[in-house]
Amino acid sequence: MTTTAPRTTFEVGGLGHSVKRREDDRFIQGAGNYLDDIVLPGMLHMAIVRSPIAHGRIISIDTSAAMAVEGVVAVVTGEALAAHNLAWMPTLSGDTQAVLATDKVRYQGQEVAAVIATDPYIARDAAVLVEVDYEDLPAITSPQQALEEGAVLIRDEKEGQTDNLVYEWETGNKDSTDRAFAEADIVVSLETHYPRSHPSPLETCGAVADVNPADGQATIYLTSQAPHAHRTLFAIVAGLPEEKIRIISPDIGGGFGNKVPIYPGYVVATAASLLIGKPVKWIETRSENLISTGFARDYHMKGEMALTKDGKITGMRASILSDQGAFFADAQPTKFRAGLFHICTGSYDIGTAHVSARGAFTNKAPGGVAYRCSFRVTEASYLVERLADDAAWKLGMDPAEFRRKNFIDKDQFPYHSPTGFVYDSGDYHAAMDEAMSLSSYSEWRQKQAAGPTADGKLIGIGLASFTEVVGAGNSREWDIAGLKMIDSAELRVHPTGKAILKLGVKSQGQGHETTFAQIVAEELGIPFDHIKVMEGDTDNTPYGLGTYASRSTPVGGAATAMVSRNLRDKARKLAAHLLEASEDDLEWEPGKFTVRGTDASVTIQEIAFAAYTNFPEGMQAGLEGVHYYDPPNMTYPFGTYVVVVEVDPADGTWKVVEMTAVDDCGVRINPMIVDGQITGGLTEGFAKANMQWITFDDNGNCIGSNFLDYLVPTAYETPKFRLGATVTPSPHHPLGAKGVGESATVGSPAAYVNAVLDALRHGGHDIENIDMPVLPHRVWGALNGIEALP
Amino acid sequence: MQITVTINGTNRTADAEPRTLLVDFIRTNLGMTGTHIGCDTTSCGACTVILDGKPVKSCTILAAQANGHEVRTVEGLKQNGSLHPIQAAFKEHHGLQCGFCTPGMMLVGAALIEDNPDATEDEIRWELSGNICRCTGYKNIVTAIQAAGAQVKETSA
Amino acid sequence: MYPAPFQYSAPTTIDETVSLLAEIGDEGRVLAGGQSLLPMMKLRLAAPAHLVDINGVSGLSDITANGHLEIGALVRHADVVDNATVASASPLIAATAPWVADPLVRNRGTVCGSIAHCDPEGDWNSVMLALGAEVVAYGPDGERIIPIADFVVDFFTNSLRAGEMVKAVRVPTADSRTGGAYLKLERKIGDYATVGVATSLRLGEDGKISEAGVGLTSVASKNLKAVAAEAMLVGNEPSAALFAEAAESAAAAADPTSDVRGPADYKRAVVKSYVERGLNQCMTQIREG
Repeated sequence: MTTTAPRTTFEVGGLGHSVKRREDDRFIQGAGNYLDDIVLPGMLHMAIVRSPIAHGRIISIDTSAAMAVEGVVAVVTGEALAAHNLAWMPTLSGDTQAVLATDKVRYQGQEVAAVIATDPYIARDAAVLVEVDYEDLPAITSPQQALEEGAVLIRDEKEGQTDNLVYEWETGNKDSTDRAFAEADIVVSLETHYPRSHPSPLETCGAVADVNPADGQATIYLTSQAPHAHRTLFAIVAGLPEEKIRIISPDIGGGFGNKVPIYPGYVVATAASLLIGKPVKWIETRSENLISTGFARDYHMKGEMALTKDGKITGMRASILSDQGAFFADAQPTKFRAGLFHICTGSYDIGTAHVSARGAFTNKAPGGVAYRCSFRVTEASYLVERLADDAAWKLGMDPAEFRRKNFIDKDQFPYHSPTGFVYDSGDYHAAMDEAMSLSSYSEWRQKQAAGPTADGKLIGIGLASFTEVVGAGNSREWDIAGLKMIDSAELRVHPTGKAILKLGVKSQGQGHETTFAQIVAEELGIPFDHIKVMEGDTDNTPYGLGTYASRSTPVGGAATAMVSRNLRDKARKLAAHLLEASEDDLEWEPGKFTVRGTDASVTIQEIAFAAYTNFPEGMQAGLEGVHYYDPPNMTYPFGTYVVVVEVDPADGTWKVVEMTAVDDCGVRINPMIVDGQITGGLTEGFAKANMQWITFDDNGNCIGSNFLDYLVPTAYETPKFRLGATVTPSPHHPLGAKGVGESATVGSPAAYVNAVLDALRHGGHDIENIDMPVLPHRVWGALNGIEALP
Repeated sequence: MQITVTINGTNRTADAEPRTLLVDFIRTNLGMTGTHIGCDTTSCGACTVILDGKPVKSCTILAAQANGHEVRTVEGLKQNGSLHPIQAAFKEHHGLQCGFCTPGMMLVGAALIEDNPDATEDEIRWELSGNICRCTGYKNIVTAIQAAGAQVKETSA
Repeated sequence: MYPAPFQYSAPTTIDETVSLLAEIGDEGRVLAGGQSLLPMMKLRLAAPAHLVDINGVSGLSDITANGHLEIGALVRHADVVDNATVASASPLIAATAPWVADPLVRNRGTVCGSIAHCDPEGDWNSVMLALGAEVVAYGPDGERIIPIADFVVDFFTNSLRAGEMVKAVRVPTADSRTGGAYLKLERKIGDYATVGVATSLRLGEDGKISEAGVGLTSVASKNLKAVAAEAMLVGNEPSAALFAEAAESAAAAADPTSDVRGPADYKRAVVKSYVERGLNQCMTQIREG
């Protein structure tokens, strides 16, 4: 691992210090302030009535029994919202979504009505009494079915929509890719489904809307990863003046992409508060969270690699069919209909590639959020890493060797990929070397070659060498709903040398209150715990697009570094004034300016005091500023993961024996926090490979609608991780940092699945594919030649 | 009905319906919001409290059933102004991220190390298997509980 | 989620309890650990009008071993995990307890409550069927002993009469010629069993199997006692071939449904594999005394 010694002391806590998190003090004392902890005077409670069926026409809604319940204040229906032009709202992908259904229900769990009551128990009791009559319509439960000739039209209300196709999109070079395939010695192909998953943060989504009837001021507490963008969208949806909307995103109990979209519940709670004139709280149950809010993945993928017989990849093709649910609500940049899926050539120097994508409406919940992922890069990474192992197997090569042979070389950066990305930096061979050594890879291959374990288990070793693309964006190419993907930081140094940093991003557990203070500490030498970090209040922080897609450090972190540097420039002027020296004669070290060749110096604290007490004539007082950062490029974290599993052929169960993860996310600001992000991501990756998915029966009933069916791993199932690191700085980020929140979720699923397939293949079974989650019965089915398993 | 619970050593009485869940009683009737709700199916452990010395899921116990019993919540971990060793260890070893599962994790950890301060990694993982964390990957939670166990042992030695 | 409203009583004696239950009738339910009942009520899959909480009833928390092991109605799963009496009187029960639900649920949920619940995905009734347990029911007319095979009627249905509650469950005590195993395929802690298999063997002085029990979880509308497999084992010398044959029989007796936990054929294959494994584990225990 390449590291440089920190430039600051541990007490100052700049780059490279694993200082302890400042936000922890309130969390460990049960003193966090999450959405459901908010209680306002006179607050009412909302419960949503949802569709029990996947597709049907609403015949009638009878709210009388619900209204008769003592304590019920109002029952809101789509019709009532329509009167205020609020029955529909825009999605993040330019579609419109029903807030409360007026015409049809299009998925099980869709919002149909809302009960507002004095008590949450009463609201729930009354919700059960709202009677809705439906005329059943056939449910479409797969995108293939959706695109069949004559399939029932799901979006019959949408002007110009005559079928269930959402989009068609392609990129890359079809002709040269076709040529590469025509000339290939060997072609490897893989069809696989990346199943529907759900981020399911432990805290569900919710809102407390407080519209003051006297002046129309709306304060909306929201479980929001992107409060500023939400304010703007609220202004557009509700037609409220933007200055009258204040979004406060309090402590967030995990987001992982789930808290990026705007949900009907937010809008209804706000409308209800507006109409009733009292604060209204809505918080989802777990079941509501799983069945109705932002799902992820659900890509049916076909990938092909063209290869020479000695193992060089010469071309790649990928086509996908995505299941979008009933509304197109992918949280992703406008320009890219399949997100960043087209980074599917991954870590490999492949001359040419072609990607085609189609999406279809189905009778399932909308979403398509980037679940601990940068806009579909997870699906891309999974496909290419599965193909890499398949290719190596087909060629009779070791999968590590195959990867080395095809890696983009470190001298090739900045690397222009065949689908239009410019990789900023990388040293893939170094990460692979480190992973090989840490994981005792060759020893495991020897053990594997010796045959099954004493109790009959098959040993498998799986690899993945992922490249991620994070930190959207630059304003030329990147926007969500028209909003350019910049982010910002405002820094104010107080007279006593303490500071407050205000950000456009919003932590959901990533430790921003510590990491971003460390950036200021690095740049100005003010101890990190003298810097208060404020986020999530749109009245009191500068504009930003929020925290998702691993963009906080790449964009918000860069903004913080830049604003700190701007303040340092002013501090230099103040120091020159205080030291009666020329600016050019001043030398900076974190925390003070010294006159070159003397011991005359002035500290940043003294300078801060002077900024308010003793500033030169003609200079504005104060030491503060704001910086909006527009990144020149994305950042490209990477790494190599090695998983060793044992598969029991009798029941198809598999256990992770070892998991080694070498990550390179550039310069690490707080290594402790970075490692925490990685172990969290590795667990999510394992979850998806092993157990976590949402599926539907033929009638569109959601299976996976609570934590009894949607399984998430506990400490007992979760593998024990071994972490390693290499450091290849980003050349364009002010600190050399890349994002890291999602790398492990993106990179690891393929490693787990490859390991299981490797075990079966080395055990004498030439298995092509097992879809995730690699459930025991699917492994057993593969071993026994039984297909078409649920 | 009138329900009296000894919560973190103090008797608190409030009026609640028989159907009131203990977690709602603690959060709403008593106004202590450190105990969280993460699911509807007794799966996640965000609502963990210690009832008569044993960690349980307060979403699956009626407040009425705690009438006359002792409940300890995250707010009761700190004693006489000093953090409980488990609290200090969670911060020291980065055993939390978003903090939502943390009260439950700490209470299970505190109960465990009171019984067995020498618990091994595997024993700790086993005891934590009724609690879900979506952020950390558990590794540092386990480390924190081990460290707190060592701390408790050292202090009592 | 919240339960629908109900009336709540917390009697302090068992006689008071059963007379209340008799009075309330069908709309009443006993609340012991509540770890199955309350989740169903929260999801509004159950809405009893009156809960009779027995947690304050004295004399129901005992574990005793006098000729048989008896577990009282308020004994929690966790109470039998590390209990010396249970460990010596029924190693199978001791070995099963840690695999019931999760550690927090085990601190609250009761063995007898789980038995009375008759959820075919519950673990205890397979073990009880394998061990030939008896349920001690108590009603307005006093005690009634119900063999477990008669007690487990069907999906969430037991044979308690109006006004009756489960007072205890009892199983024959084990000796050095007894072995037992519970093998459970679950995808995570707290998951319902995809398949669970309880096996129990006793060897006679002649080295032949004198008693055999095979109970199956999650493969029918109730926990199954694989009687044909048991009959096949009794009177014979233990052998790999015999175990394979019994396992085949148990698998044939299973009637699983195909679902997201796997197709029926898979579940039968797991039953077969686990019965063999379980019987072998029983033999290992007997050999090791």
